[in-house]
Amino acid sequence: MDEKKEYKVIGTRPIRHDGVDKVTGRALYGADVQMAGLLHGRVLRSPHAHARIISIDTSRAEAYPGVKGVVTAADLPEAEDRIADLGEGAVNLKYLCDNILASDKALYKGHAVAAVAATSPHIAEEACQLIDVEYEVLEPVLEVRQAMESDAPLLHDSIRTTSMGETADEPSNVASHIQHKLGDPDKGFEEADITVERDFVTGTVHQGYIEPHNATAQFNQDGHLTIWCSTQGAFTVREQVAEILQYPVSKIKVIPMEIGGGFGGKISVYIKPVAALLAKKTGKPVKVLMSRTDVFEGTGPTPASYIRVKMGATNDGKITAAEAYLAFEAGAYPGSPVGPGAMCIFAPYSIENVVIDGYDVVVNKPKTAPYRAPGAPNAAFGSESVLDEIAEKLGIDPLEIRLLNAAKEGDRRADGPVHPRIGFVETVEAAKSHPHYTAPNGKKHHGRGVASGYWFNIGLESSVTINVNADGTINLIEGSTDIGGTRSSIAMQAAEVLGIPAESVNPSVVDTNSVGYTAVTGGSRTTYATGYAAYEAAQDVKRQMIGRAAKLWEVEEANVQFADGVFSSINGKEEEISFRDLCSHLGQTGGPIVGSGTVNPGGAGGAYATHLVDVAVDEETGKVEILRYTAIQDAGRAIHPSYVEGQIQGGAVQGIGWALNEEYIYNDEGAMTNASFLDYRMPTCLDLPMIDAVIIEVPNPGHPYGVRGVGEVPIVPPLPAIANAIYDAIGVRMTELPMSPDRLLKAMGKI
Amino acid sequence: MARKSHVQTTINGETVEFLCESRQSLLEVLRDELHLTGAKEGCNNGNCGACSVILDGRLVNSCLVLGVETEGKSVETIEGLAEPDQLHPIQNAFLENAALQCGICTPGFIMSAKALLESNPNPTEHEIRYWLAGNLCRCTGYDKIVKAVMDVAKASA
Amino acid sequence: MQDFGYVAAKTVSEAVTLLDEKGQTARILAGGTDLIVQVREARRDVDLMIDIKSIPEVNVLDYNADTGLTLGAAVECYKVYAVDEICNAYPGLIDATKIIGGTAIQGRAGVGGNLCNASPAADCIPPLIVLNATAVIAGPNGERELPVEQFCTGPGQTALENGEMLVSMKIPAPASNSSSFYLRFIPRNEMDIAVVGAGASVTLDDAKQTIVSARISLGAVAPTPLFAEEASALLAGREVSDAAIDEAAAAAQAIARPISDMRGTAEQRTHLVGVLTRRALNGAIQRI
Repeated sequence: MDEKKEYKVIGTRPIRHDGVDKVTGRALYGADVQMAGLLHGRVLRSPHAHARIISIDTSRAEAYPGVKGVVTAADLPEAEDRIADLGEGAVNLKYLCDNILASDKALYKGHAVAAVAATSPHIAEEACQLIDVEYEVLEPVLEVRQAMESDAPLLHDSIRTTSMGETADEPSNVASHIQHKLGDPDKGFEEADITVERDFVTGTVHQGYIEPHNATAQFNQDGHLTIWCSTQGAFTVREQVAEILQYPVSKIKVIPMEIGGGFGGKISVYIKPVAALLAKKTGKPVKVLMSRTDVFEGTGPTPASYIRVKMGATNDGKITAAEAYLAFEAGAYPGSPVGPGAMCIFAPYSIENVVIDGYDVVVNKPKTAPYRAPGAPNAAFGSESVLDEIAEKLGIDPLEIRLLNAAKEGDRRADGPVHPRIGFVETVEAAKSHPHYTAPNGKKHHGRGVASGYWFNIGLESSVTINVNADGTINLIEGSTDIGGTRSSIAMQAAEVLGIPAESVNPSVVDTNSVGYTAVTGGSRTTYATGYAAYEAAQDVKRQMIGRAAKLWEVEEANVQFADGVFSSINGKEEEISFRDLCSHLGQTGGPIVGSGTVNPGGAGGAYATHLVDVAVDEETGKVEILRYTAIQDAGRAIHPSYVEGQIQGGAVQGIGWALNEEYIYNDEGAMTNASFLDYRMPTCLDLPMIDAVIIEVPNPGHPYGVRGVGEVPIVPPLPAIANAIYDAIGVRMTELPMSPDRLLKAMGKI
Repeated sequence: MARKSHVQTTINGETVEFLCESRQSLLEVLRDELHLTGAKEGCNNGNCGACSVILDGRLVNSCLVLGVETEGKSVETIEGLAEPDQLHPIQNAFLENAALQCGICTPGFIMSAKALLESNPNPTEHEIRYWLAGNLCRCTGYDKIVKAVMDVAKASA
Repeated sequence: MQDFGYVAAKTVSEAVTLLDEKGQTARILAGGTDLIVQVREARRDVDLMIDIKSIPEVNVLDYNADTGLTLGAAVECYKVYAVDEICNAYPGLIDATKIIGGTAIQGRAGVGGNLCNASPAADCIPPLIVLNATAVIAGPNGERELPVEQFCTGPGQTALENGEMLVSMKIPAPASNSSSFYLRFIPRNEMDIAVVGAGASVTLDDAKQTIVSARISLGAVAPTPLFAEEASALLAGREVSDAAIDEAAAAAQAIARPISDMRGTAEQRTHLVGVLTRRALNGAIQRI
């Protein structure tokens, strides 16, 4: 990778390829699927947070006019207690199936119990109310520390705590315990002149994508199943549906429609297998849509957590030791992101002595799902607040203490990996010199906070095919669903290789029968890994085109070179032909050219961000106003800077929502009382200033153009940055999220 | 089975007739009966703005209007905005400013912005944010959306 | 969503006759922004929706400097704040109409619907109360009038008898040296339901030093919006001062009977009554 190279396409800001479809309302999302004979499906959900299902009687619903089919867990194949690997790690198949349709127990309010297909959505909804379910209501457990108590109500008899290779004898809600250790933490704390230890509590929050989940399924008489849906990964839908229905992947085609936001929440399947079951039962295509309440109650949010962080430092600000205890709510089934939280918590810093303990704990809430840098924001809320307190007590500038301890290339993370070239220092330096940081900050009840964050990013499999057109354009076929402009960021990498404008690439996101395996749009991997595959596919096209030029000119391939979109012959014959012109000679030189690229790259390269925020606190009401926000991030190389800025701005604002107002509010029975966009308070545009996104480019050695994933890390710093700003404004350390007005009033002693 | 009513209304300048149940919202009628799927359902209770349309010149949430209420009225949807050979200036501004990511909220924002600029061609940033507060976007942080609307206002000034 | 019938009534008597015949499961449809959601979420059982928007009397929006305002029950919020004279005369009511829902909601929702929905947190009701508004009600036995503070009887419950409907609200012309103010506390800046709302109207003497009379009303701190009678009365004859306003705020706090729910805690609400009452009174005084 050449760091100094000037690019022609990369770094420019073309209009996105799917733009016109999306501003005219023509782009088809999952819920927009219409077809003849379509039935409408709705799901009946448990009204109880914890209950044994004694019986389900569907006869009244089946008899209701307009109803064409009803399904329950009894329609799913028997799920033995076995482990399936679905590309995202091992999953217990019984848990997976039970989360689709509860069999023996309902484990959260909103847990799917049965589903109806009918001639109209209203009839399906009415019929759901005619399904008689007899429950034995059990006591729910709704908070991670309570769930860890030895006398807590148990969700599963089958869970035994696994801890570093050992499995306990007694059942527990603690599914697993992990530990990472580096150096000698006890010795490190002895060397410290100052030690700060605090407890933190964070609430359950939802990704809040605007488009509810949807799925339309059709079962043909020959056994072929087609699913139209919005998803972050068509192939993972295919795998999960195949496992749940015990059906071969070769008979399942998943057609990814446009997707209205995901942020990690549209990887797990919920209603897709249900639509398939209903389609099979009725013989008709069935469209199942979730309501917004279904989305809040029945899909995976990101976990609430209890976190304890202890850090020690010398008087000159060097961190000598760090300790973290992370207990994460997995929801109804194991699998919280405590692992990633533990990987990220101290990753911005080079600390010799570290111990991190993580616990994955089941509670009577929806099974959690990834949400943008899953686990890392919770963890950083603790570590970055404690570091701020140390800096303040030592009288050191908060950015200076970060620089003093910053992780660099060659430093080891507590969980093992050694950092490659990373750009953390560069983000802090940029923050220090940003006009925001040097602007006056002295008004009463105004405060400024800073915080940094890390996300490791992932690679995984991607496939791209390029078909060369005779007019010098290319059709680029990919499997990564486009949630935020990745058609363009992928197309631009192919265009750069071939020396053609971005507009000469026609990118298409296609179904699982039409492109090679491609992992989910998630983990900040799409522009990195699918872009890498596009680069490889374009290189393949280039190699083949060189062969065609050689044939045309009757020279050796070794004597053809390609630069700036022009093929030329070296050594002897002086020939030149542009990419575009050569494309018109494909037929006579051997036929069409199809290039392909497949990757599973290992060098995703971690992403760092440092954020600055100014707040005003209304000390009478406890309300926090965001006055100014600057988000600085190492993008490695920004392929399309506008959409990199967009990721940074969007991530920062989701973090602002999480910090200030977003949370699942539960009553004692375990029912979420704010399952609507009215009372689950995501930021509106009136709650925000402009978000200044600053892109730093420290190229990633693991990608041909230096790309680092950018989507996730911007949600990590806002939580602690805002907490630190509130402290600066009113002298109160907020340790519970969200930092909502009532909590501020309490912390200030006003109520 | 619920009985259906016959409704005649004007949609994007064309007279349209449809049958609908009383309980079907204008959003359901647009999407399911007329296959105008540009207006989206995000919350179905008036809190996200993804279903925004203009009814007799006034911005409304189509999920909170009954289809039967539109008898004799005029409805503008996202599908009616562009000319055959060119986009509406707001649509262009959204593209040029990269004011969309997933795009699900975009039709609602564009209709809302259109209604704003028709009633106030030169809004301040605060006026834009106040007007658009009923439209939720979860991807962009609103920055580029607000800038796109400011650009349209500037261009027409 | 349950199935229901729909009728677009042309006259008050047609609507009243239908209401009378169908009983409790017939509901008046004006803006629909509450009713449609309630039926969709199965929180209200409705067999018939009677759309009143084509009835002339419920669309009246008439302001006269001598006699005051007649505000038809179906007039949408945006039409109210589009009239400069009304904005000048009743700024407290305008405060409320501009913060209900978002712009799109204000294109459908009206003050009358807000009143009939009878939410304890309704933004328009405290301003109506402090502005001495009267509800004009039509029923099978003719018309009657009721002070707005007596209109709500519980959450979602009103003084409307079977067969009765709200036709309009009447607000007297404002006294000289008077003004009004409404504000609410919400965690966001828009699109929320009031955690607490407070409305105030104040009339000063000609020197603008002494309070001649004041009215304070509170939202979201009791089963219905409250008229804070004692807090209002104690301001009469007092000099404009922080002390007087603090006393009134304390008296307002004393009548608050809030609950804790997902929108706020009881202690937070009681605290906010004091803060918002002060801000509402100061806001009204500053406008004079």
